[in-house]
Order: sequence, then structure tokens, then C-alpha cells
Amino acid sequence: MLDSKIPAGPLTEKWDKHRMNIKLVNPANKRKFTILVVGTGLAGASASASLAELGYNVITLTYHDTPRRAHSIAAQGGINAAKNYPNDGDTIWRLFYDTIKGGDFRAREANVYRLAQVSNNIIDQCVAQGVPFARDYGGLLANRSFGGALVSRTFYARGQTGQQLLLGAYSAMMRQVALGKVKLMTRREMLDVVIHNGRARGVIARNMLNGQIEPYTADAVVLATGGYGNVYFLSTNAKACNVSAAYRAHKKGAFFANPCYVQIHPTCLPVHGDIQSKLTLMSESLRNDGRVWVPKNKGDKRPPAEIPEADRDYYLERKYPSFGNLVPRDVASRNAKYVCDEGRGVGETGLAVYLDFADAIQRDGEETIRAKYGNLFHMYEKITGENPYRVPMKIFPAVHYTMGGLWVDYNLMTTVPGLYALGECNFSDHGANRLGASALMQGLADGYFVIPYTIGDYLATAWGDLRKHDVTPETAEFKDAVKDATDKTEKLLALNGERTVDSIHRELGMLMWDKCGMSRTKEGLEEAAAKIPQIREEFWRNAKVPGRGAELNQELEKAGRVADFLEFAELIVQDALHREESCGGHFREEYQTPEGEALRNDEEFAYVAAWEYNGVGEAATLHKEELKFENVELTQRSYK
Amino acid sequence: MSSNGNLLQLKLRVWRQKGPDDAGKLVEYQLDDVSPDMSFLEMLDHLNAKLILEGQEPIAFEHDCREGICGACGAVVNGMSHGQEKGTTLCQLHMRKFRNGETITIEPFRASAFPIIKDLVVDRSAFDQIIRAGGYISVNTGNAPDANAIPIGKDKADLAFDAATCIGCGACVAACPNASAMLFLSAKVSQFALLPQGRPEAARRVKSMVAMHDELGFGSCTNHGECSTACPKEISLANIARLNREFAKSLISV
Ligand SMILES: Cc1cc2nc3c(=O)[nH]c(=O)nc-3n(C[C@H](O)[C@H](O)[C@H](O)COP(=O)(O)OP(=O)(O)OC[C@H]3O[C@@H](n4cnc5c(N)ncnc54)[C@H](O)[C@@H]3O)c2cc1C
Ligand code: SF4
Ligand code: FES
Repeated sequence: MLDSKIPAGPLTEKWDKHRMNIKLVNPANKRKFTILVVGTGLAGASASASLAELGYNVITLTYHDTPRRAHSIAAQGGINAAKNYPNDGDTIWRLFYDTIKGGDFRAREANVYRLAQVSNNIIDQCVAQGVPFARDYGGLLANRSFGGALVSRTFYARGQTGQQLLLGAYSAMMRQVALGKVKLMTRREMLDVVIHNGRARGVIARNMLNGQIEPYTADAVVLATGGYGNVYFLSTNAKACNVSAAYRAHKKGAFFANPCYVQIHPTCLPVHGDIQSKLTLMSESLRNDGRVWVPKNKGDKRPPAEIPEADRDYYLERKYPSFGNLVPRDVASRNAKYVCDEGRGVGETGLAVYLDFADAIQRDGEETIRAKYGNLFHMYEKITGENPYRVPMKIFPAVHYTMGGLWVDYNLMTTVPGLYALGECNFSDHGANRLGASALMQGLADGYFVIPYTIGDYLATAWGDLRKHDVTPETAEFKDAVKDATDKTEKLLALNGERTVDSIHRELGMLMWDKCGMSRTKEGLEEAAAKIPQIREEFWRNAKVPGRGAELNQELEKAGRVADFLEFAELIVQDALHREESCGGHFREEYQTPEGEALRNDEEFAYVAAWEYNGVGEAATLHKEELKFENVELTQRSYK
Repeated sequence: MSSNGNLLQLKLRVWRQKGPDDAGKLVEYQLDDVSPDMSFLEMLDHLNAKLILEGQEPIAFEHDCREGICGACGAVVNGMSHGQEKGTTLCQLHMRKFRNGETITIEPFRASAFPIIKDLVVDRSAFDQIIRAGGYISVNTGNAPDANAIPIGKDKADLAFDAATCIGCGACVAACPNASAMLFLSAKVSQFALLPQGRPEAARRVKSMVAMHDELGFGSCTNHGECSTACPKEISLANIARLNREFAKSLISV
């Protein structure tokens, strides 16, 4: 049975009561515990710093050359908090409600409420660390509004909020490195979790410079290893983002929740050719002034300026007269796909739609538009070589964020005792769809304000048992894990076929994008389920991994990650097939309202799907965590 | 997007070095099908795919975000850190900026404090050491006052932000004739020196970070200004001036 360990009592008091009731570790004893943190993004860096400040010994691993490169660095728009500085009626309750509703009622009330509660502490903490948030002329913090909310609650640092927040957490962690409380191990790729006597007791990692497979022992393990969007090959994620740490924990017994909840962002730069390596996000604020359109007629290849008004279809305005171009992310994305499927897409590949600023420029003048979006237009021009003041932008949806992740209870512990998951790699707070500016909030909430309390409860309780069954690198499970990892590496290095790892990854990504992307059907998913094992076979038969193991070998690193994606993709498809409803990022064409909107089935699917691993190519076993909504009423969305 | 029709033919001269102890040399490659829409790193991906299938080792180079923010990428292209475009990281440079038939020389960021690991990959962990020496404000989690308790004038906040945009790429060090890391160091010192939260530790911070900088083998700053020209985030030389003032102040404060 899945026990989410949600504390009893009224929603608003759960977290405070829980903190009062959980066991504390005696301050003098904290230095006797070692906690291993994998990942130095917002979640991992903030957890490492905070745990070390409390006195624990922390070992932190990252595959980057420095913690500051974690993918969190790329977040642009901002971070939410219920400070209500603008005095526009925001409250903790409202932030909670917006997040639950934005998640299409597929998240846990208690977690989301706690997230809203600690959001304000995050902003305080970051400002004290020297994070240079935007301010107004009076010297106070500025806010802006973001999708899915009627209040201005987003704090930002120009278009680089993630960078500034990460550098704050990184600095706090480096201070603990200087104090000797965090042992930082860079260029280490975690390959396995080690479980001894039923508890997570460490990890195995590859030293990426010399290929050594190293064992790390600990009393608890915290994974903060980010999302799995790169299973689609092309996404807005950084190139190295991967599922391996979470997936290997899954193989060791951690349940994986809601893998089919993937967010596809509508305003990204389109794919331009078959060598393209990643997709770039363009802030969705552009939809405030840009009008989305495609030609009315299929195959109309005239340049946009030569297509008269009568031959244009402003399809969002036509279908959603009241929200128009400002429909939510999932609706905008899906409709772009539909018009391209009809053969009305633009650009060389036919996989793009226009985002046109001509009317806005005519109405407000070029200067006004430049003041609002100058940096984005500049970035667009740098990448595409086209001037969006003159020619409409071409945009297309892209995979952006993964709501699914390792299942965790209220304490952020996975189904493996002593193994925790924080940040994007857990499933906890966003339900079936994440609102803008909420991922940064969640990563930092988990790391600064949740794990420091909840892990103490575990360690205090498990103390006797942990000491009785102490581990060393010589413990059988560690030696076995080192051997497994070594064998797997050798198997990869022996691959000497005729295709690059990237080409196979790209093939998997295209299949996932077509059949398990913005819009899914039973037939399509079944087709994907049949094809993934074939691609996996192709990988193990025909991929080529050059070089040696005992040195920096970037192709080997890639190959290990792609091998996991090739297994994990099946789990996404299985989850998508089983969820016979549409909700948030998961749209099944069979389940839609007559107007074409996502149709939830609260009777049968108001649960978290947590999957248990049964072996490569074997169907996973479903465990359900029922979602109880005691504080909000479930409603259907409409944007007409 | 410009047309795929006019593919570029390029001669690449790339620094190949098997490992830290290998001597390394420039190796020539001919690429005849470079789309002008490719980014510089995609052009390298393309070359690497060919090398792999020919049974050769691909060129090792670092990258991650590919949108100019993580600081992982970087190489000296035709003698310029991150290439000739101003305010651009290597991953943001596109092939349409090159001419058909051009020869492009690609070398790693060189500095004695940045030992070469392999091909274009260098060890920039010295930057972490500099930060560790004092690039933080000492505030434990949970100890913070309300975020609006201390107003900060917009002008100062903006300047602090400008300094804080450094991505830690190391182009400044590679561009500097003395291989000094003063621009990087001054950016962090300035960010905190400009903010009230950073003042209490200002003197200790600057002394300790400068001492670490020198100990790591970075050269001293003799005002060439190459660093700022090469910097993809256009970090201003005014930060070095501020660093010098802070350093002088730190010597008189006890
Ligand atoms: C372009 C873009 C813009 C975004 N903008 C916003 C925004 O404005 N607001 C918002 O709230 N959210 C935004 N997001 C989402 C948000 O940035 C991420 O969800 C969040 O930063 C994830 O943080 P994290 O700490 O969980 O993981 P990450 O930052 O991804 O860090 C993962 C860490 O784990 C390490 N790691 C992973 N696997 C291993 C392994 N096997 N061994 C060793 N180390 C490993 C990595 O080295 C890294 O340090 C954006 C995302 C993208 C792609
Ligand atoms: S100062 Fe500029 S060049 Fe130097 S590390 Fe920072 S961003 Fe790179
Ligand atoms: S790859 Fe991140 S800055 Fe270039």
C-alpha cells in the first residue's frame, strides 16, 4: 500500500503540526550522519547547503564540471511567492488554489499547500543571499504576472531568474564546502543506488575524467537530478539532462509516478533541420501582443507578406474568441499541432506557425514593442537570421518540463526507505500541468525548507538500525553494484555498429513526439509500445560507441543515458495508455469535450499512478494513490 | 530562416589532444555540407558524427544549455574567445556568420590555471575555488529578514545584477595576455559590494578571494581590457575598478 504520510488535521495546520511532531536529531549527533546529495540544481544545491548548515556531513555529486552549470541556470521567467507586495489580493490560499487548479486537479492538496506556505521564506532567503531581483524606483521588489493567475506574484531577475537563484544556492553551498561540511565531487555521474538491509545507503558513480567506478556510502541518499524531457531528443532542456539517476533508482525499487505528464510549451523556435540539437524557448509573454496564424489553404507557400488577410486563419482567435491568443500552454500547443497536421504549417519543414507582430507594431509603434520584447526579438534574430519586426516569427511547441517523477510521500521520501527525491525529479506538486514560475519555487522549497526537517525524522528513527548495519565500500551490495556498473560500461564500449548514439536517440524522440506528445490516441500509443523495443534492439545491435572507458568519453556518457531512455520510454507509454482521460499535459483524443477540450474523468482517474519496475520490457505494476480533495472543488476548464 | 540551399564548404583546424599529458596538435578537417542555419556547436556535432562513423574519435568539447547561459561551452575561434561576434557565447554563434571556403581554427581556452583535459575541454575548477574563498554572503537558511526590509535603490540593484550575470565561462582568462581572472573575480565582488547584504563581509571577502586568485596561478591585471571585449555577457571593466577600490579599502579596515 502506498502511504503518502499526509499529516492529519486542517490543511492550513498540517505542516506546522508535522514539524512539531517529527523527531529531531540531537545537534551533537548530526555530524555522525552522512547524507549524499546527487545534483546541484536549485533543489540539490539548496538541500546541500541547508543540511550542511544543520551540521550533517554532506557529499554532493554532479556530472557537471562545476555545480553552477545545472540546468536550473536556464530558467528565464521567474519564481512565484504569495508575498502580496502588490496588494492585489494574493494569499497563501490563492497560490495554493491556482497551483492545484493549474495542475488540473491531479496533485496532492497537502503538498501544494505547504509549497505555497514556504514560498515567502524562499524570497526572503534569496534576497539575504544577494540575489539581485528586479526592483522598482522606491527600492522595493518588483513583481509581474504569469499565466494561470490573476495576481502579480512572480519575482524575477530580468530574463535570468534561474541563473540568479542558482548562483545564490551555489554560493551558499560553496560556503559549506569552504567550511568542510560539504564534500563536492564534480564530474561524477551516478550510475546506481545501493540498498542494504532495506535502506538506501549510498550510490555508485563514474569519475568522468578517468572512468573509475567509485562507491559512496552514506546514511541517506537525496536525488535532485532534474527532469526527463530529453527522452524526446529535442526539448528546451539542456543537452545533458537525462533520466538515468531516477530510472536506476526506479529499477532498484523506487516507484515512478505519472510519467506521462509532460509539459509542451507553445512558444519555442521551430525545428529547422535534421542536425538540430535542441529547441529554444521564447518567453510566452510574446503571446500578449503577437497574433498566431497559418494560411487558410493547405500548401500555400507564399511568403507571409503576400498572403492577404482573407487567406489567413487566426485559428486561436477563431476557436477561442474570449481568450484568443492567450489560451493556456496546452491548448495553444495542441492547436498548433492540428493545423500543421492539416498541412497548413509554415516554414521549410511545414512544422511552424506564425506569431505576427505587424498589428501590434502598427497600433503601438515599433519603439513600444522594442521596449517590451527587444531582448527576445534580438535572440530570435541571432538564431534564425530573420528580423521579427519585419517578418512574422515562426514558432512551434516543444517539450519543456516533466511533471512526472519518482513517487515521494509528504516527507519527500521515495518508496525506498532513506531515498529522497527533490525538485523536478519527483512528481510531487504540479499534478498534470505546471504553472509558469512554479518549478523554481518547488525546487527551492524542497531543498531549503522541507528536506532539512523531514530527513531528520528518518535519521533519528533509523539511527540504531543504521549503525547496526553499517556499510563500507566492501559491503556486498556495493561490490555488486560496482561490478554491475563496470559490466554495463564495458557492454556499451563494445558497441561497434553503424549508427551514432544520437541518431538512435533522435529516432526514439521522433516516435515519442509523434505518438506520445501533445495529443495521444490508443492506436498511436500501442504503435509506440511496439516500436520502442525495436529501437532498443537496434541500439544494442547497431550503435557505435568510440573510445575507451578510462578517460573522458562523452559518447560513452551519452550512450548510457540513451540506453535508459530506451527503457524508460516504455513506461511513459504504458502510463499514457492506461490513463483513459485527458488532463493537463496528457491529452487523449478519445477523451475530449464536444468543444475539443481536455475531458477529465474524476470518478475513475483522480489518483496518482505509481509504477513498480518488473524488468526490461516487462509491464510495470500499477499502484494507486488516491487523491482526496477536501478543500477545493473540482471544475472543468473552459477558454471559449 | 535562411535557405538550406547554399551549403558552406569549410576547412577546420581543430586542436586535438588525447589527454592532459599529450602534446596535442592542430588537425585539419574538410566539411562540405555545413548549413548556414547550424549553430557552431551543431557544426561540431555534424563533424563528430562523421568522425565516429569513420572509426575516429570525436572532438571532445563542453556544452549543455546551448543558449548562452550555463557557461559550459567555449573555445578560441580564429584567435577570439567564443568567436568574433560580440556578446555571444560559442553556442549562440551561427554558421551564417562564416564565408564559404573559409578556414576556421578552433583551440581550447588556454591558461596555466585551466589545464587542458582533452581536445577543447579544459579544467575551470579554479573558478569554484575563487568562489569558495568568499564569493557568498554568510546567511544560514531560515535566518533571513523579510525580503523588503531593506530597500535597495534601483540603480544599485541594476548594477549588481549586471555584475551577477557572469556565466563563469572563462573567456576573459583565455583572452587576457596575463591569463588573469580579475574580470570574473571583480564581477562577484562587485555584485555583493553593491548590495547592503554584502557589506558586512566586504573587506574579508575581497582579501580572501584575491589571495586565492593569486595562489591558483592566475596572472595579475595590467589593464589590457581584452577580457571585457571577449566576455559574452559584456561584464564591464568598471567592476575591476570597483574591485581595486574595495581591495584598497580592505587593507585599511581591520
Ligand atoms: C528553458 C527553460 C526555462 C524555464 N523557466 C522557468 C521559469 O521561469 N520558472 C520556473 O519556475 N521554472 C522554469 N523552468 C523549469 C525549471 O528550470 C526546472 O524545472 C528546475 O530548474 C529543475 O531544477 P532541479 O534542481 O530539479 O534540477 P536541475 O537544475 O536539472 O539539476 C539537476 C542536477 O542533477 C545532476 N545530475 C543529474 N543526473 C545525475 C547523475 N546521474 N549523476 C550526477 N549528477 C546528476 C546535474 O548535474 C544537475 O546538477 C524552465 C525550464 C527550462 C528548460
Ligand atoms: S566575466 Fe565574462 S568572460 Fe569572464 S567568466 Fe564571466 S561571463 Fe565569462
Ligand atoms: S552551452 Fe551553455 S553557454 Fe554555451
